[in-house]
Amino acid sequence: MTRPAPSPAAAATRPIVDARGLWKRFGPLTVLKGVDLSVAERELVFIIGPSGSGKSTLLRCLNRLEEPDDGSIHVDGIELLSRATDINAARRRIGMVFQSFNLYPHMTARQNVMLALRKVLKQERAQAEEAAARALDRVGLAERMDHYPAQLSGGQQQRVAIARAIALEPRVMLFDEPTSALDPELVGGVLAVMRELRQDGMTMVVVSHEMAFAKAAADRVVFMADGEKLEEGPPAQIFGDPRHERTRAFIRQIDRH
Amino acid sequence: MGGLESFLFSFFNLKVMGTYLPLIAQGLGLTVILALLIVVSGLALGLALALLRACGIRPLNWLIIFVVDLFRALPPLVIIVLLFFGLPAMGLGMSGFAATWLSLTLVLMAFAEEIYWAGITAVPKGQWEAARSTGLGFFQTLRLVVLPQALRITIPPLTNRTIAITKGTALGSVVGVAEILGAAQSAMSFSANPSPLTLGAIAYLILFIPVVALGRWVETRFAWKR
Repeated sequence: MTRPAPSPAAAATRPIVDARGLWKRFGPLTVLKGVDLSVAERELVFIIGPSGSGKSTLLRCLNRLEEPDDGSIHVDGIELLSRATDINAARRRIGMVFQSFNLYPHMTARQNVMLALRKVLKQERAQAEEAAARALDRVGLAERMDHYPAQLSGGQQQRVAIARAIALEPRVMLFDEPTSALDPELVGGVLAVMRELRQDGMTMVVVSHEMAFAKAAADRVVFMADGEKLEEGPPAQIFGDPRHERTRAFIRQIDRH
Repeated sequence: MGGLESFLFSFFNLKVMGTYLPLIAQGLGLTVILALLIVVSGLALGLALALLRACGIRPLNWLIIFVVDLFRALPPLVIIVLLFFGLPAMGLGMSGFAATWLSLTLVLMAFAEEIYWAGITAVPKGQWEAARSTGLGFFQTLRLVVLPQALRITIPPLTNRTIAITKGTALGSVVGVAEILGAAQSAMSFSANPSPLTLGAIAYLILFIPVVALGRWVETRFAWKR
């Protein structure tokens, strides 16, 4: 399946994620200083930046795991920060994958995927089992369904975590450094699954240091530093011809590794 | 009488033991009932308090911490005596059995709350975040994701504490409860021979060794595959 290139018409439609003027303070520290981020349907946006730049906080705001102090966030037309919003209903449409996988250790891979299908979507057991099997098959773990997380490698655990998120058929997927906790030889499997998701048209926001993946797969790269969005553009421009001095320094440093 | 003979006469006097076996057996029965009541109510109340505390309502949590610290600090015997001898002065009499049950329940509740709470806070924050990010609510996450993990961690300390506190049923003898020790003490007075105490010790072993073994079994049963 190939992904249709984003047409100008599509770019003109309402974005799926539209965050404006996000501010976030942790005590004396201001980690987000009025950041805007909008993501179009089927777009893959990569957020890069030095540690402490606020990129993970920004991502965590997008499903309100972090509560911004100011600003607005619309996801699929729902105002996340409004008191009237049923946040649990909104989060069904927003999948999230964490650096540390966060699988439930007392459940098998299949039970991990099934939990929200049963308890949030209220599916019948048979239906949920089938959906979970399909999701695990999509990440190449059909054979490992009845394994507990501790019996799986880090890469397999992260793929189960991806299956847990996509089983809910979200409108957008958030990835918070999905490969940072993995041994190098396990990174490829996770990136392959992400590439496939993208080919199937999933809208994705990815915080990651996998620059090669960003160059190959991203539609847009956002560079953040000190709680601000300094620069954004297609990967060729950000990596090849960065405008901002901070961006240039960061890219140089990354390239050296 | 030689030393050994005199020891056997005092502590393993079969005639005395035979006579008072039924009394001690009754004491054992009463201890079992009392212990079960304490375990069920103490563990249930402790869990309820820990769950309330997990809701994170500040003033309520201060109150919970105050109550828990109070009952962890007071010696159980002091609570029993206060309830049994103190409350009637306020026109609220209660039987020795009720005073023992209520006191030890409150003490077990307090210790159990702390253990459950420690278990809940030991579950990594990422577990909450992962569950909430799939749309599960706070209570669903607590019940389906956090508690099953927390309870597994708490089984060993909880078993130890439960055994330690249910052994406190012996304190009931002070306020006239004819549980094992109370029965043994009566028998000792009637027979002018301490052998019933030996019987009592045996009765405690019969009661608590299976409980200890059960704790071990539960521990392995609920460990998840690693």
